[in-house]
Amino acid sequence: MTASSLAVRMNGIHKSFGPVRANRGASLEVGTREIHALVGENGAGKSTLMRLLAGLYAPDAGTIEIATPSGEMRDVTGWSTADAIKAGVGMVHQHFMLVRTLTVAENVVLGREPVRGAMLDVARALRDVKALGEQYGLRVEPERLVGELSVGEAQRVEILKTLFRGARILILDEPTAVLSPLEVKELWGVLRRLRDDGATIVLITHKLDEVMDISDRITVMRHGETVARMETRDATPDVIAKAMVGREVALMGTRNEERGSAVDTATSSALVPRSSLSVDTLVVMNRGLRAVDKVSLSVAPGEILGIAGVEGNGQTELIEAIAGLRTVAEGTIRLGDRDVTNASVRARTEAGLAHIPEDRHRRGLVLDYSVADNLILGDQHKYARGARSVWALDDARIGANAQDEIRRFDIRPPESALPARSLSGGNQQKIVIAREMGGSYDVLLASQPTRGVDVGAIEFIHAQIRAAREAGKAILLVSAELSEILALADRVAVMYGGRIVATLPRREATEERLGPLMTGATDTTRPAA
Amino acid sequence: MTEIAAFIAQTIRIAIPYLFAASGGVVAERAGVVSLTLEGFMLTGAFAATLGSFYSGSPWIGVLCGIGGGLLFGLIHAVASIRYRADQIVTGIAINLLAVGLTRFFLLMAFDSSSNSPRVPGFGITGDAASLTGALLRNPLVWLGLMAIPAVAWLVHYTPFGLRVRAVGEHPAAAETLGVPVKRVRYLAVALSGILAGLGGVYLALDQHQFTDSMTAGRGFIALAAIIFGRWEPVRAGLACLLFAAAETLQIQLQGMQGIPSQFVQMIPYVLTIVAVGGFVARSTPPAALGKTED
Repeated sequence: MTASSLAVRMNGIHKSFGPVRANRGASLEVGTREIHALVGENGAGKSTLMRLLAGLYAPDAGTIEIATPSGEMRDVTGWSTADAIKAGVGMVHQHFMLVRTLTVAENVVLGREPVRGAMLDVARALRDVKALGEQYGLRVEPERLVGELSVGEAQRVEILKTLFRGARILILDEPTAVLSPLEVKELWGVLRRLRDDGATIVLITHKLDEVMDISDRITVMRHGETVARMETRDATPDVIAKAMVGREVALMGTRNEERGSAVDTATSSALVPRSSLSVDTLVVMNRGLRAVDKVSLSVAPGEILGIAGVEGNGQTELIEAIAGLRTVAEGTIRLGDRDVTNASVRARTEAGLAHIPEDRHRRGLVLDYSVADNLILGDQHKYARGARSVWALDDARIGANAQDEIRRFDIRPPESALPARSLSGGNQQKIVIAREMGGSYDVLLASQPTRGVDVGAIEFIHAQIRAAREAGKAILLVSAELSEILALADRVAVMYGGRIVATLPRREATEERLGPLMTGATDTTRPAA
Repeated sequence: MTEIAAFIAQTIRIAIPYLFAASGGVVAERAGVVSLTLEGFMLTGAFAATLGSFYSGSPWIGVLCGIGGGLLFGLIHAVASIRYRADQIVTGIAINLLAVGLTRFFLLMAFDSSSNSPRVPGFGITGDAASLTGALLRNPLVWLGLMAIPAVAWLVHYTPFGLRVRAVGEHPAAAETLGVPVKRVRYLAVALSGILAGLGGVYLALDQHQFTDSMTAGRGFIALAAIIFGRWEPVRAGLACLLFAAAETLQIQLQGMQGIPSQFVQMIPYVLTIVAVGGFVARSTPPAALGKTED
C-alpha cells in the first residue's frame, strides 16, 4: 500500500466569477487509494475547486498537480477537460450531465466512440458498457434511453462515463442527494471496490454521516478557503460541523422526540374529524400512467405527516395535485371541510394552503426577479397601489414586506433588490420559506424543503417547520432524506409505485423498517394502510 | 399514366432545392443552431453558381462556386452565432438580407442588370417540354439532391460525428465535459448546412439557366418548415419536402382550371405549410439547446 503517496495537490487556488470569489487561496491534498471527503456549506467553493481540477475552468491563481503513473507530481494548472480526461480525472456532476434523448451506451461512449469504418460501432458500445457495468456492480441497461432512467440509474451512467474513459481520479459532487438509502449503500460498495482497485475518489458532500461512513480523510472548506484537514478516524461529526460553519450547530441527527400520543390516537382511527388536509382515493395521471394510485391520507392540525420514498414514486405528482398544479383524475382533496379538488391555485391559497415546492428553480422562484418581488409572488394582487387599482404595484409596501421577512428569516445578504439568482442555495430556499410560511395559512406542503442547502440553513428551516407545528399547522412533508423525515415527522407514510404502502407512527418508523418498504418490499409486520 | 409520371417528375423537380436545404438545415438544427439562414445560403449558392457557370462555360465549375458561396455564408453565420454568440434569429435575418443585397449588387456589377443574369450553361436539355423526365434523369444535381436526405440521415444516426451533433444540440454542457469540441462540431454542422443549402440554390439557377433577383422566393423557409414538420428527423423532413413540392405541383396544374381564382390556387402550398407546421409542431420537441447562445 502506498497510502501516503499523493494523487492530487492543489495549492493557493483563487477563482472568481465576476464579483463572486468562489475560491480564495484554497488548497487540497488527496492520496492515492483513498476516499477523500471534501466538505463545506453551500457556497463554500467545493464544486468550483473540483471543476478546476477537472479542467472545466482555469484558476485565476494557484497550482494544480496530479501524480503521473510513475508517481511524480506534474503541474497541470489550467488544463482542459480533454486533458483531464486523458490523464484519468473524471467528474460526476451534481446536476447530471446526460443527454436525455440518447441511450445509455451513446451517453457513455460520446466523445470516445468505437468505430467500424466510418460508422459508429453500436454493438461494441453496448457490449463494452455492459461489461464495464458488470465489472463494477453498476447495474443499468445500455440500450435504454437516458430520459427514461431513474435518478439512481442516471447516476450509475455518470460513473460509467468516467470509468469508460479510464478515470483513476474520480470526483463525485453530492452524489447521494437523489438516492434512496439502499442506493447509497450500493454506491458506497462501488466506491470501495474502486478504491481497492487503486482509484482515488473525491466526494463532495455536506452530509456528515456520509463523511463518517465512507471517507478515509477529510478536507473542510469555508468561504472559499480550506479551513481544516483531518483523518476520518480522528474526526467526529461535531468537529467537522464546527469547522464547516465556524460555530457550534445543533445537528439534524438529534431525533424528533416522541410527542404526546394525542395526535396518534386521533389519526389512527379511520375517521379523522378534525383533519386540516384530507385526500381520498386520489388518482393522478402522468404520461398515461397512474403516477398517484388511489392515495388516501389526512393531516391533523399540529401534526407533521412525513412521506418517505425513493424519488419518482408519485410524491411529486401527489404534492402538485394537492397544490393545484396537476389535474386530478379521480378522488377528492379537502382543505378543512372545503372540497378543493378542482379549485384554482389562488382559491387553494385563500383556503389556507401554503406550498414549498420541491424545485426552487423551476417552481419556487423567478431567479431574475429581486428578492423583494419573489417574496410577494402569488400575493402580488395584495400589493397594488391604492385601494382598488390593479395598474401599479406599491413598491413601498413590497419593500417593507421584504425588509420584514429578510429579518425574520435571516436571508443573507439582506439586500431586497438583489436578483434571487445571486443568492446561495440556502438563502434562495429561505426566500421560498419566508414567502410561504411568513403569511397566514393552515396547511403546509413542504416538498424537499432542505434539498441542496447547507447545515446552518437546514437547522433553521427545521426549526421553522417545528414552530409551525407547535402553532397548530397541518404539515405534509415530502423528503428524499430519510433522516429529515425521521427528524420532523409525527407519522411516516411510505410511497412506492404511486401508492402509500405503509403508514407508521414515528416510534415504529425505523430506518431498518422503512428501507425495505421504500424499495417495494411488503411490510411483514403490519398490513399496508 | 403519363399524367402521373409528369406529376411525379414535376414534384421531384420542385422538391430538389427543398431536399438540399432541408438536409443541410436538419444537421445545423440538430447541432443546436437555428437554420433561419437557409434562404440566404440558397440565394448565395444560386448566384455564385451563375457566375461560375457564366465565366467558365462549365456547369460543374458553377456547382463548385455555388458550394463555395453557400459555405462562405455558412461560415459567416457560424462565426456570428457560435463564436460571438449572437442571437441566431437576428443573425439569421441579417444574413438573409445580406444575401439579397449582395447578390443584387453583384448582379448589377457583373451583368449590368437589376433583374436577371444572361443565360448560363446548365445540365440537361431545356425547351424540350415533352421530356421533363429525361432532363431530370440527366441532371446529376437531381441525383445528388435525392441522395442528400438518406446521406444526412446516415450521418446523423450512424456515425460518431452524428452522435456528437445530437449531443451538442441537446445538452452542450454534457458534451463539453466529455471533451467533445462543441464549437467545432457546430461549425462543421453549420458549414455543411451552408454547402447543402447552397447546392439547392445551384440547382435552381442551373435549372433555369440564369439568376434572377431574389429567385429563391422563400424556398429556404419552406425547407425550414419541412424540418420542423418532420420533427428534426432527416427522413421525415425529406418526406415533408416531397409533400410540399407535391402541393406546389398541384397548384401549378390547377391554375389552368376554370372557376377557381388563381390567387387561391397559388396559396395552396403556403396554407398547407401553415396547417402542417401549426397543427403538428405543438406536439414535437425541438433539440433542447436549439438557439441557446449561453453555455
